[in-house]
Amino acid sequence: MSRPEIDVRALHKSFGDNEVLRGIDLEVGRGEVVCVIGPSGSGKSTLLRCVNLLEEPSGGQVFVGGTELTDPDVDIDAVRRRIGMVFQQFNLFPHLSVTENLTLPQRRVLGRGRAEAAKVAAENLERVGLSDKATAYPASLSGGQQQRVAIARALAMGPEVMLFDEPTSALDPELVGDVLAVMRMLAHEGMTMMVVTHEMSFAREVADRVVFMDGGVIVEDGDPAQVIGAPAHERTRHFLSRLLDPAMAEVEEERSDRAGGSDR
Amino acid sequence: MADTDVPLQPRKKGLTRRQKRRLSRGAQYAVFVAAVIVFAVSADWGRLRNQFAQWDIARQMFPDVITLALKNTVLYTVSGFVLGLLLGLVIALMRLSSVGPYRWLAGVYIEIFRGLPALLIFVFIGVAVPLAFPGTEIVGGTYGKAALGLGLIGAAYMAETFRAGIQAVPKGQTEAARSLGFSPARAMISVVIPQAFRIILPPLTNELIMLFKDSSLVLLLGVTLEERELSKFGRDLASTTANSTPILVAGLCYLLVTIPLGFVVRRMEAKAQEAVK
Repeated sequence: MSRPEIDVRALHKSFGDNEVLRGIDLEVGRGEVVCVIGPSGSGKSTLLRCVNLLEEPSGGQVFVGGTELTDPDVDIDAVRRRIGMVFQQFNLFPHLSVTENLTLPQRRVLGRGRAEAAKVAAENLERVGLSDKATAYPASLSGGQQQRVAIARALAMGPEVMLFDEPTSALDPELVGDVLAVMRMLAHEGMTMMVVTHEMSFAREVADRVVFMDGGVIVEDGDPAQVIGAPAHERTRHFLSRLLDPAMAEVEEERSDRAGGSDR
Repeated sequence: MADTDVPLQPRKKGLTRRQKRRLSRGAQYAVFVAAVIVFAVSADWGRLRNQFAQWDIARQMFPDVITLALKNTVLYTVSGFVLGLLLGLVIALMRLSSVGPYRWLAGVYIEIFRGLPALLIFVFIGVAVPLAFPGTEIVGGTYGKAALGLGLIGAAYMAETFRAGIQAVPKGQTEAARSLGFSPARAMISVVIPQAFRIILPPLTNELIMLFKDSSLVLLLGVTLEERELSKFGRDLASTTANSTPILVAGLCYLLVTIPLGFVVRRMEAKAQEAVK
């Protein structure tokens, strides 16, 4: 592998006095799928949002495709066109139909013509299996369908990297599978992906690497089978045991090493 | 209604809660009806009819009251509303700007034009502007001045409405747009403002109704016969005929427009309510 597609160096991020990221170093190679797991408040979503600069890092560097996003002179809008992002809450544009959700960004941002944008939109709706919803409005779709439209919208821009911020966390359990299937398809097609998720079976099956974060640092980074199946660190083991069997958790004191980075 | 025994709440003596409620509502109706009757009996209807309801005078107002006066009122209102809408949007964006002086300037504008009576603003435009800039004419003559006056007033109110609407659009919408590569301005224009506009359509229509009524102040600008709107038209005719019928007719013409508009607002509000569900 030559240069990494995503390269995060010594990344720090604070909200006021609250230091959410305390020095993150992470590389994601081209075509690699990296799942980021960790307890809430561990900084995983903030890390993802720093990768396309939705959050301004307090320190450190972020490179995507060789371009430094943290360079003050960077054309951030141009860089973001190469980075697709999928949100927990879908964030489809409710005043536009499904097709318009896909064509508006292409036309306004990429300057594509009406016909070309419509063609690309139709192709990508087909990829996520929603061609029949082209004229529907987001409010009439299920959560799973909305999220697949959101993925198609990002794909229509032709990104080189896709970021997923807990894409299935707002979905009813029976709708999760459809969204994961689309993500699995993308992974097999060779898309570079960074996925913040709680879906351990997806991480185990699809990811090339799993990164476990806690308290604003990367605790463990490695092969999915190793990180999920045989974690080397006590914190990872503790998190996974609670995640895999929530009913077994005991009432416990708030641990001091997590107290700093809660709920951001 | 059959009174069955409720063991947990044994009957107390006197009235039940429901009976008390019914009695108090009955009393309210009685007071209202009595007031209407007293008013109707004590008013001198004959004199009122003489002064306000002379049919031949009313008939003589047509068709001018519609083709001239109402037309001008609508013209002044719509042009003022459009100007206010554009100016209001700009001021709202300034108010939400991250640039301090913009926010400050917008705040001052809103406070001044929302705080001053519309009448004073029209006097200012009619008198002070020609004095300050002698020789310059506001484009469009009276029509331009009317649009300016109503636009300046409307902009102050509409700026606050726009601001509330823009802030009501979830932050995720801007984030989604930015993550797709929209610039901040493009995200605002293509994604946020269209959604904000739907949210504020009902209050915006209320502001249209307000401007419609404020357009009566155009008479302070000094208008020609051809430029008269409803209020001026009604008052002029009232003084020449020494009768108030024209004022009543002019008033009814206002209601002819404002009542359907109010109906439209309620419909839109009900629809918006349904969309939320």
